[in-house]
Amino acid sequence: MSKHHITTTINGDEVDFLCETSQTLLDVLRDELHLTGTKEGCATGDCGACSVSLDGVLVCSCLVLGVETGGKKIETIEGMADGDELHPLQRKFVEHVALQCGICTPGLLVAARSLLAKNPDPTEEEVRFGLAGNLCRCTGYQNIVNAVLDAAAEMRGA
Amino acid sequence: MRYEAPTSVEAATELLAGGKPEARVLAGGTDILVQMHMDAIAPELLVDIKNISEMRQIESLDDGYRFGAAVTGVELMDHANFCRTWPGVMDGVKLIGSLQVRGRATVAGNVCNASPAADSVPALIAAGAIATIAGPNGRRDIPVEDIGTGPGKTSLENGEILVSFFLAKARPSSGGAYQRFTPRTEMDIAIVGVGIDLTLGDDGVCTHARVALGAVAEKALLVEEAAATLIGTKVDEQALDNLAAAASAACRPIDDKRGTKEYRIEVAGVLARRVAAIALSRAKSAREK
Repeated sequence: MSKHHITTTINGDEVDFLCETSQTLLDVLRDELHLTGTKEGCATGDCGACSVSLDGVLVCSCLVLGVETGGKKIETIEGMADGDELHPLQRKFVEHVALQCGICTPGLLVAARSLLAKNPDPTEEEVRFGLAGNLCRCTGYQNIVNAVLDAAAEMRGA
Repeated sequence: MRYEAPTSVEAATELLAGGKPEARVLAGGTDILVQMHMDAIAPELLVDIKNISEMRQIESLDDGYRFGAAVTGVELMDHANFCRTWPGVMDGVKLIGSLQVRGRATVAGNVCNASPAADSVPALIAAGAIATIAGPNGRRDIPVEDIGTGPGKTSLENGEILVSFFLAKARPSSGGAYQRFTPRTEMDIAIVGVGIDLTLGDDGVCTHARVALGAVAEKALLVEEAAATLIGTKVDEQALDNLAAAASAACRPIDDKRGTKEYRIEVAGVLARRVAAIALSRAKSAREK
């Protein structure tokens, strides 16, 4: 069976790729397009390490087929920093030491950006619910929550 | 594996009825992609229903709401008026997976995956949701409680597909609620789930009730005996005691790693009381409006 030819927009750039029906968006990003910032944790939608934004909606890229993404806008961790200038969330993650091994970090950053786009002034509880689909086995979450709240305050100009 | 994304319900049912035994409907994909990843299934054909416009709509009609089988949990959560009208259904929808999962997952998929622990199912049953099914012989409407028949099994025939759900306009002074019992608040699977809808008369007496239980049998159960304990009462302590007893009596659960039979039976009664109290307070506040 021939491969599917898919055209999408990834981090603002039009991107063409070929994929098998069985390849997930995560497979395509990592193995075909070499955008390896998006991590594979569980591959079953439980851990959130592969979180990306698909037409503005936060999804697990392991639960989307590449063939489903034709004409869609995909945003990954690679599109978050502006050149060498880190996104405020990235900077606050560094400042608050909101990571240890780093596997969950790209997914958490993408999820946090999605949360703040909908709710620029979240409570601590809203941050915890908003990031409940992202598992971190190192940090215990407190520094992640602190970093997101601090970034939110900075982004609001507070 | 072939992938098709038809743009009409008829084209989808034709593909599904086309003699391929391992043809699967792809809605949100949050169950089917996991099953494929685990090698639990190996479909020869995936029929993606997300390009069928009829299945993408949330419609406010004169006589109720209709939403399509490809509408995601997040789309429902973002629909303020639907959320206000059907808080009990949304209690269930908001518990499906994580935010990421709800960004893809559909209520129809939650129903057709036929897990006895699916969170939206008791909530839909309590709300009296009707599913429209299309197949090679046309369309038929069935109540949601008639879809699941056992773990992973539905009453849908070969070539049939769930098109949409219909929720009839809520009665005045009515309220619904769903809760599940889990060790964690997020990203967990119900040990017991309870959905209750009830309607109050002008005198505060319950005139109509539906009680549905999840995760305590091979499928979600509509328990008329439990609803009968509320009807004709003011949903007082005595009625809630009777409700708890009737809910526990209806359970026929399994033992598994999440809970024992005895535990589930006990929790079903406790949870039914809590859910009835929430449904009651929502019905009262609906009456005040």
